[in-house]
Amino acid sequence: MTGWERFADSFLNARVAAEYLPKIVEGFGLTVVLALCIIAAGLAAGLALAVVRSLGVRPLNWLIIFAVDLFRALPPLVVIALFYFGLPAAGLSLSGFAAAWLALSLVLMAFSEEIFWAGITAVPKGQWEAARSTGLGFLPTLRLVVLPQALRITIPPLTNRTIAITKNTALASVVAVPEILGAAQAGVSFGFNPTPLTLGAAAYLVLFLPVVVLGRWIETRFAWKR
Amino acid sequence: MAAIVRAHGIHKHFGALHVLRGVDLEVAERELVFVIGPSGSGKSTLLRCLNRLEEPSGGRIEVDGIDMLDRRTDINRARQRIGMVFQSFNLYPHMTALGNVALALRQVLKLPRGEAEGRARAALERVGLADRAGHYPGQLSGGQQQRVAIARAVALEPRVMLFDEPTSALDPELVGGVLQAMRELRESGMTMVVVSHEMGFARAAADRVVFMDHGLVVEQGAPEAVFGAPREERTRAFIRQIDRH
Ligand SMILES: Nc1ncnc2c1ncn2[C@@H]1O[C@H](COP(=O)(O)OP(=O)(O)O)[C@@H](O)[C@H]1O
Ligand SMILES: [Mg+2]
Repeated sequence: MTGWERFADSFLNARVAAEYLPKIVEGFGLTVVLALCIIAAGLAAGLALAVVRSLGVRPLNWLIIFAVDLFRALPPLVVIALFYFGLPAAGLSLSGFAAAWLALSLVLMAFSEEIFWAGITAVPKGQWEAARSTGLGFLPTLRLVVLPQALRITIPPLTNRTIAITKNTALASVVAVPEILGAAQAGVSFGFNPTPLTLGAAAYLVLFLPVVVLGRWIETRFAWKR
Repeated sequence: MAAIVRAHGIHKHFGALHVLRGVDLEVAERELVFVIGPSGSGKSTLLRCLNRLEEPSGGRIEVDGIDMLDRRTDINRARQRIGMVFQSFNLYPHMTALGNVALALRQVLKLPRGEAEGRARAALERVGLADRAGHYPGQLSGGQQQRVAIARAVALEPRVMLFDEPTSALDPELVGGVLQAMRELRESGMTMVVVSHEMGFARAAADRVVFMDHGLVVEQGAPEAVFGAPREERTRAFIRQIDRH
């Protein structure tokens, strides 16, 4: 066997691929569901925290900054492991899926809060003053004048950060969630052949390449004339 | 005549900085009061206290009979009666000219969309920009943006309009259009407080000129009196200085 044949037999083995493809497809579905749940919860919580922070209540803001820094400092894998292995000791048992979802949602919340907050503070003070001077209240001003402008500036960093954190769904394999990587690893151990990993990589590409392209499109779409 | 604005003994501190040191200002209905003074004398702060964009440290402010500093006053309702135009226009960049003017009509006056847009169009027409209704601020000149900002404030039919250096950020050739819009507003009987260095406009349109320095009203009177025969040395020095420009 030449080197290439050996490589192909290991990583591009058609028989193994056919056998484990269904598992990878299932894992793909699970990754998509997990990712969507993380994005929905993480971004909603991040935006909510940024809005609360803009109210300017000191003790509340310290609390927010503490939580945000905590989840930005901890490696996501540590947070997942803590929720999965640590919480049962506290009498609260989470499934691997729930632990991964909660952990990564909190991480995305932390990073997106910072990005939303930076966006809100980047909107000139004059925008607030113009709206408030016409009798608009704080929340309508935030919602109709400030956030639309803030969101436009936040979309590029937010897209990048969201993609980066969503890729961490692979970490859920550590807590026995059969998402793409989990399914691929299972395939490798049962089939004694790493081809499922190739399938896994392909699955990640199929999933994230369009997301990256979409991110690009959103970036240009949201650039507007000043 | 009834006073629309009654401000008495207004003080404002920014930390250790004592920016307004007991300012009195009364503005009668249909009066145009022109406020002049060196940079940093507290003109903007005074205007911003009138609609409580700044919280005064002391004093009393009544606008159209509403106690602006009373905790029980609904500040958002009170501000509907006080239009403000800023030096830097502050149009909402993500909305068209029409959207800028219609926003408060819909959100504050709760007008239905069609009515709000009709009124917004009428306000844009008053400042000569009916044909720019669909343009975004970035597609308008500075002068046009400022006229949209005037329309945005006027559309709410306020009882008094505050202008904070409305032409200072404009190229000279664009100043005329904004002053024209202000002149027409004045002729329609609007009560106005104008902070500006446009002395020609002051001479032509102001009922009263107020000169401020170091957080105090130093001198006030008819434009001919303050510009032609100022009583205070500080006023004389200031007017000499701006007349050179
Ligand atoms: N938000 C603020 N914080 C601290 N100092 C301020 C603030 N706004 C204005 N000042 C200060 O108050 C003084 C008066 O400012 P301002 O009212 O803008 O003067 P003018 O409009 O007459 O030029 C200046 O010394 C200015 O630096
Ligand atoms: Mg000023």
